[in-house]
Amino acid sequence: MTDLSAQAGAQVPGLGGGRGGPALGPAAMRGGTLPSWGPYAVVLVSAAAVAGALLAFGNFTIALLLVINTVVATLVTYVWSRIVEGSRQATNRAVTMTIIAAFALAVVPLFSLLWEVIKRGAARFDLAFFTESARGVIGAGGGAEHAIVGTLVITGIAALISVPIGILAAVYLNEYGTGRLRRAITFFVDVMTGIPSIVAGLFAFALFALFLGPGIRLGIIGSIALSVLMIPIVIRSSEEILKIVPNHLREAAYALGTPKWKTIVKVVLPTALAGLVTGVMIAIARVIGETAPLLVTVGVIDTTNWNPFSGRMANLAVYAYDEYRNPGLEKAASYDRAWAAALTLIAIVVILNLIARFIYRRFGTEIR
Amino acid sequence: MAPPAPSHAGELQATSTDVDRQAKRVELSDVDLYYGDFHAVQNVTMTIQPNQVTALIGSSGCGKTTVLRSINRMHELTPGASVKGEISLDGQDIYGPAVDPVQVRRLIGMVFQAPNPFPTMSIYGNVAAGLTLNRRISKPDRDAIVERSLRGAHLWDEVKDRLDKQGSGLSGGQQQRLCIARAIAVEPEVLLMDEPCSALDPVATLAVEDLIRELKNRYTIVIVTHNMQQAARASDATAFFNLEESGKPGELVEIGPTDKIFTNPDKTATEDYVSGRFG
Repeated sequence: MTDLSAQAGAQVPGLGGGRGGPALGPAAMRGGTLPSWGPYAVVLVSAAAVAGALLAFGNFTIALLLVINTVVATLVTYVWSRIVEGSRQATNRAVTMTIIAAFALAVVPLFSLLWEVIKRGAARFDLAFFTESARGVIGAGGGAEHAIVGTLVITGIAALISVPIGILAAVYLNEYGTGRLRRAITFFVDVMTGIPSIVAGLFAFALFALFLGPGIRLGIIGSIALSVLMIPIVIRSSEEILKIVPNHLREAAYALGTPKWKTIVKVVLPTALAGLVTGVMIAIARVIGETAPLLVTVGVIDTTNWNPFSGRMANLAVYAYDEYRNPGLEKAASYDRAWAAALTLIAIVVILNLIARFIYRRFGTEIR
Repeated sequence: MAPPAPSHAGELQATSTDVDRQAKRVELSDVDLYYGDFHAVQNVTMTIQPNQVTALIGSSGCGKTTVLRSINRMHELTPGASVKGEISLDGQDIYGPAVDPVQVRRLIGMVFQAPNPFPTMSIYGNVAAGLTLNRRISKPDRDAIVERSLRGAHLWDEVKDRLDKQGSGLSGGQQQRLCIARAIAVEPEVLLMDEPCSALDPVATLAVEDLIRELKNRYTIVIVTHNMQQAARASDATAFFNLEESGKPGELVEIGPTDKIFTNPDKTATEDYVSGRFG
């Protein structure tokens, strides 16, 4: 809300809007001005009034209060400002408040979700959770080490498959591709972006079942399924980033007698590095929480398995789902573990993002 | 067509900026340039003399830049662009069937309208870009070439203490001189400049013009400019381009010594243009 007061302060020397007419002298520059605390007061007073009204009608909820108060406070501020400051300032204030409300609307669910996950996940977010598997656990205790290992291995292999393919495809589309082939690839990438994740899972499962027999469950199958989902995201984001690398940098390299491939490797890709890394992180974050394709390809298991080429592998999303779906003897303990798994997933995504930022800061610009 | 690559430090001294050098002549004969179906420039025949500054002047859209870009085969990088006729460097057709455009661009460097240092590289890295991008070179040799190029571009004293800083941190005029240093670091025969001063203030412009006059001792220079005073000040020969009306291809009206073009041109169109009587 500090923006509002800064706004109000900055408006003091503003021109008096369209109300003044051709008045002369410094006074003409100064219309009436709301006090800097004005908008806050409006928000508080109208909040009290709306809360009172809601209580009187007997259906008070926080959400309802926030929504109605946003509308009421914006209207009141607009009218007050219009009377004191004129229509241009009034519009400015109303739009400012609307934008702040829209921003709040966008982040409230995010914070609410984070808060809920942290609150419920904290109960089992302990050392045992990261060092023990769920082997033989039927009541309280146990951990998700097996699921964390599985998530990292499966997603890591998926990234190893998808990132080179995706970035090379984007380089082709942006630097080399022309005509029909380029259009066809772009079209299919768009189609692939919309594939439901379960379809990717079934595809990978069916592919391996052809060779290894029905009922096969391996970590690598999950990685293949995830890379089917990941590749189009990496292509799309990388292509957009490569597009905004200015053409004059390519021309500068060509004018030095640099071959095209070297221009791409030494000039285009380094210039786009930050965007490429961000795109890859978004793609990883998008697939790391996938549940359905992993349920059919890697299955459910209680023990730690590091080998993606042999046997089932657990992972955090499926683990959380399974703890909820098939709780053990103590339901509360199972639910706690499910929430802790969700919290761990979010933490992994945050850590990956921090690492990406660090890598970019450290190595993003070439020195010498 | 091998570039005159110095292979050890002893030869580097011999090619320092103090020593004049015989550069190469560029000849265009019956050159027609197209963007797809659009005929941009027709029937250009001219000779660009070695170790001279040749200015290309003319109104916007008459094809000066297009002609310039055809001389180092940058024109064909535009999708659909094509070239007819012959352009040769000391008698060798640069559009010949066996000629590699990448090799042509090593011999014919280019400086662009807006300064465009590589943002991911340091000042040192930018100057060394043409060297490191193209071949292996030992670090002492590279250091020597970087220093020589920066001195050649009159930038050494301003940047010698911050060679490892980003090139994009320099002022506009410094950035343009950095780009010139980058272009001369690969020791081209010909240096093409596409309105190199249009984004610079008068002081920086003067610095670059002084530099251009000096560089002609070692390079053949072709400069596109909208600034007729600049053409008059900095060039030895001037070529005037014009187009009859928009939509028609541009053409070379006349080329001659700069004094003659600005005082006593053969064609009335040229006289109208250089005297400012022209649309």
